[in-house]
Amino acid sequence: MDLPPAEASGSPSAAQPQPPVGSPSSLLRQWLELLASMRFAISLLTIVAIASIIGTVLKQGEPPSNYLNQFGPFWFPAFDALGLYSVYSASWFLAILAFLVASISVCVWRNSPGMLREIRRWRSDLRERAMDNFGMRADFPAPELAAAAVSTPQQRCAEASNYLAQHGFSSRVTPVEASPGTFMLAARAGMLRRVGYVLAHSAMVLIFLGGLADSEVMLKLRLATGQSVPVKGSVTLDQVPPEARIAASNWSYRGNMLVPEGRSSGVAIVNAGDGILIQDLPFSISLKRFQIEHYSTGQPRLFASDVLVTDKDSGQSFEARIEVNKPLIHRGIAVYQSSFDDGGTLLKLSPLNLMGGMRRLNALEGRVGEVMKLDVGDDSWKLELVGFRPFNIENVGEADSADAASIATDTGSMGRLRQGFGSAAPSAAKKDLRNVGPSFQYKLRDAAGQALEYNNYMLPLQLDGRWFLASGVRESPSEPFRFLRLPLDENATLEQYLALRGVMLDSASQREVARRFALGSEGVSGNSTLQSRLEDSALRVMETFSVRGYQAVAAFLENAVPEAERERAAEVYVRILQGVSWEAWMLARERAGLPRLESTPLRGRFVQDALNALSDSFFYGVPLYLQLSSYDEVKASVFQLTRSPGKPVVYGGCLLLVLGIFAMFFIRERRLWLLVRADGSGKLAFASNRRTLDIETEFAAHRAALGALLMSAAASQPGQ
Amino acid sequence: MQSTPQHSLFNPQSGMQALRRQPRDWAFAALVGLGVLAALAGYAAEYDAYDAGVLIGAAIGLVALAWQWRSLQVLTLSVAAISLSAIALYQGELARAEQLLALKYLISSQSAILWMSVLFLLATMAYWAAVLARSVFAARSATRMTWAAVALGLSGLLVRWHESYLMGADIGHIPVSNLYEVFVLFCMITALCHLYYEQRYRSGSNSSITTAATETAAADVGADVAADVGAGVGAFVLLVITAAVGFILWYTFERGAHEIQPLVPALQSWWMKIHVPANFIGYGTFSFAAMIGFAWLIKHEAETRSTLALRALWGAALVLALALAVEAFAFRRGGTASVFWPAYFALFIALLAGIVLVRRRVAAQLPDKSVLDDLMYKSIAVGFAFFTIATILGALWAAEAWGTYWQWDPKETWALIVWLNYAAWLHLRLVKGLRGAVLAWWAMVGLLVTTFAFLGVNMFLSGLHSYGTL
Repeated sequence: MDLPPAEASGSPSAAQPQPPVGSPSSLLRQWLELLASMRFAISLLTIVAIASIIGTVLKQGEPPSNYLNQFGPFWFPAFDALGLYSVYSASWFLAILAFLVASISVCVWRNSPGMLREIRRWRSDLRERAMDNFGMRADFPAPELAAAAVSTPQQRCAEASNYLAQHGFSSRVTPVEASPGTFMLAARAGMLRRVGYVLAHSAMVLIFLGGLADSEVMLKLRLATGQSVPVKGSVTLDQVPPEARIAASNWSYRGNMLVPEGRSSGVAIVNAGDGILIQDLPFSISLKRFQIEHYSTGQPRLFASDVLVTDKDSGQSFEARIEVNKPLIHRGIAVYQSSFDDGGTLLKLSPLNLMGGMRRLNALEGRVGEVMKLDVGDDSWKLELVGFRPFNIENVGEADSADAASIATDTGSMGRLRQGFGSAAPSAAKKDLRNVGPSFQYKLRDAAGQALEYNNYMLPLQLDGRWFLASGVRESPSEPFRFLRLPLDENATLEQYLALRGVMLDSASQREVARRFALGSEGVSGNSTLQSRLEDSALRVMETFSVRGYQAVAAFLENAVPEAERERAAEVYVRILQGVSWEAWMLARERAGLPRLESTPLRGRFVQDALNALSDSFFYGVPLYLQLSSYDEVKASVFQLTRSPGKPVVYGGCLLLVLGIFAMFFIRERRLWLLVRADGSGKLAFASNRRTLDIETEFAAHRAALGALLMSAAASQPGQ
Repeated sequence: MQSTPQHSLFNPQSGMQALRRQPRDWAFAALVGLGVLAALAGYAAEYDAYDAGVLIGAAIGLVALAWQWRSLQVLTLSVAAISLSAIALYQGELARAEQLLALKYLISSQSAILWMSVLFLLATMAYWAAVLARSVFAARSATRMTWAAVALGLSGLLVRWHESYLMGADIGHIPVSNLYEVFVLFCMITALCHLYYEQRYRSGSNSSITTAATETAAADVGADVAADVGAGVGAFVLLVITAAVGFILWYTFERGAHEIQPLVPALQSWWMKIHVPANFIGYGTFSFAAMIGFAWLIKHEAETRSTLALRALWGAALVLALALAVEAFAFRRGGTASVFWPAYFALFIALLAGIVLVRRRVAAQLPDKSVLDDLMYKSIAVGFAFFTIATILGALWAAEAWGTYWQWDPKETWALIVWLNYAAWLHLRLVKGLRGAVLAWWAMVGLLVTTFAFLGVNMFLSGLHSYGTL
């Protein structure tokens, strides 16, 4: 199939040994023929390529529920049966790969012996007539008598050998038995190319076998043979049944391990479908410290874990540092820094009642990951502490700098072009990244099991020059958080907001607030009828607002006011709301023994913010705001642990593959025959594994040089 | 024996006069050696053993290449001169890029890369002018502009490397870390691949190969034919570079992707320094081969004048347009200024249709089919070898960073698909001895697959290689 002279020149050459026709193993032989056929191999290469695409389009190895959501109950089982959720360990995909490997193996097995034998062969027995069949050949006429007398054919051959040796050929000269006095020089170069063929193709087989040993197939076998049965749901380590535990002697696995700071773990979790298996390790890892560093832009710069590794049998331990790109390899198991998590940060919370009478509730304390019972009045919730982030880097400058940019920098295409020049450092003005401090996440689950998810910032955020405490709420992880912004007063506390709210929503105080509002309104003082009508209106607005905030007011307007007047009425209502809020705030201050305040624009905005917050708090789900008063952070590191026995095999295969490919492509195998007759005439034939233009040029050069050598009278200086 | 006049345009690689060292070769090696020593001595703290190994290996590779191909010596020295001047002008202060005109508009990294883009566009036009107007002058100018573009592009990348360190010692990194940077690298490698083969034609016809001169005196038709031969190929190869330049410009001005970003931990590794360039030698040479495939089909149609060949040619134009459309599709997501992408796409459709319409005229300026066939094979062989290395390096790196040498991540899988595709191509050609239209076509489909692997995956699929997102 790949014998160079046969392919390159069409010369009759040694044919493949044919197995006897009609042998008893003819079926096997047909199979071998199929496997060895190039058409089959190329088809397989193409099929593997196309099949591989599936797994890149469809995300692999997700939890089954995700696929169920994506494809629905009809297609989900069908795709599952086809193994599309883990294509690369599906039996049909492995079968195609197996065919490919079988095909390669058969080719190597059939061709290698011939290939390697060919390296050692000189092929001095090439017949003169056969040389005429070569594509690259030449005839040299006998030189003039004088020149022929100078040296014998043997000497000429020796000179040719010298010339060829300078060009990388090794050669051998033998007398031609059939015609005495004639000598055949057989030369060869670049025979290592054939070794390349054997190396590259056996390498593919090695890589596949090594890869198979490290693949998920091993886990699937374990599950299919019932060696292990995954455990589902959340269980603690000591609840795990023995059939879901794998002994440390397992030779191929990949698992994860989460270790909080100050704790240790000696098992890895192996995901198996929608359940897990517990892989025992020969050592335990205790995390002393997890370190995370950031660039000024907020992108992570370093993840590193300082760990103490203790062998279970010997009890010996040593310290190590594991970073991304710097794994720890111990007892054949590689430990990688994979990600990080919260390891149970202690959160101290002070809950705040947003609606009812009592403002502050008893302080709470809990760790991330814990679930606590929370009673507020008659209601009871489950508080699930979900996560904690020690800092949040937010782009707070965007809104401001958009205006600034339009003034300060060039606009238009010329301006943009000018910005394109210069250094590639990011322009500083564009982003104003700021650390806005810690935040924590929790869920509140009601008796019916419905949960709302919250994200609260510990520190106040500045928005448009005013300060707020912000808390985000959402119903499902797919939604963005909607933020409740509680305005801070001039002393940077929530006190004034809470005082305002207390009066505003207190039905007992609302009449008094409305009275004061009507009394203080310009243009009505002195007119008691007008005053009492305004008082009634104000009271009605407050009562409506106390039900569902702006939404209730809007609904009221829609019912009670004709459409044409609605807009104007809404404006009036908003002004009334602002007015009564102010009076409510002042009444609250009076009751607390504080002086009445001058009205300023800033205070006006505070009242407006308070109204917004009050209205939003109706849609906050739970009338409870959890303020983070302090925390004690505990980080956790997530490691990936792998034991891959096939790795050295695969790496060795890769090395062979590279060597083989380079040998095959960049070593040109050439053979050259030079027949010199007694009269000094000669015949030249040249062959290569590939007939490229370079080869033809090389042949032309050798032909000229060897021709000159045979013709020359004083042939003592061969070459150019 | 049939012979075509182009045969002697090639230097025989082994033997002959090729490998005799000249004093300038040794001087060049000494200069590179000095540079390496200066780097290692001056920045000892920045190098661990691996980094130093990569540097020394790269230097040896450069010297070996530049001994074979002496133009690289000139290129290396020019690039060194430009980037060292830029570094000297910076004086360690990034702000000077805004203060000094020479930096701001000439040799700061962004400016150099913009000039590279301009030069590539001009070179493309000049090559086409050379082909259509049969102008030797245009062909020569095109070659020079391509060289200049490569010099500026490489300098731009090196200065960018310096700038990243000026932003902060912990931010500094080699500029092969994101899609923008590797696109510049792609232009460099594809252009160098073309320049190499173009020069091998010329040197073959100009320098007298005495040994081969006897028979193929036909080759002495002259240097201008050789120039045209180079121009014909150049016109096609520069098309794919132009497409990449279009992407770079859009990526810069529409997305601001030229801004240097610090490296996430997974990328902080010396592996990146060898994995990415090896990969792009593959991508560059595969793209080169695809354009040669297109040229082959044009030549084939002109010779056979068969309907089938013409259909194959139109089909090939469509495949090429599709490959470029993957790129153009990226622009669609640009949002606001979305006129750019349809305009860009339409331009390429028109361009390709135009080429097919004037195919006979173009074909006359192309080298013989056997030469094109040979070029296609050689570039794919080189590309395949380096792509294999790159994929293996990627696997070794993945084993260190993610814990598994192969986990069927979309990018990995697509690399495998590209590899299988060219493995099939090589088997067809080497074992089945197939030549001609099928292989030319296959090389073009290869471009489609390759483009998807290095651009489409980032756009459409998620995975671990997510730092190249658009």
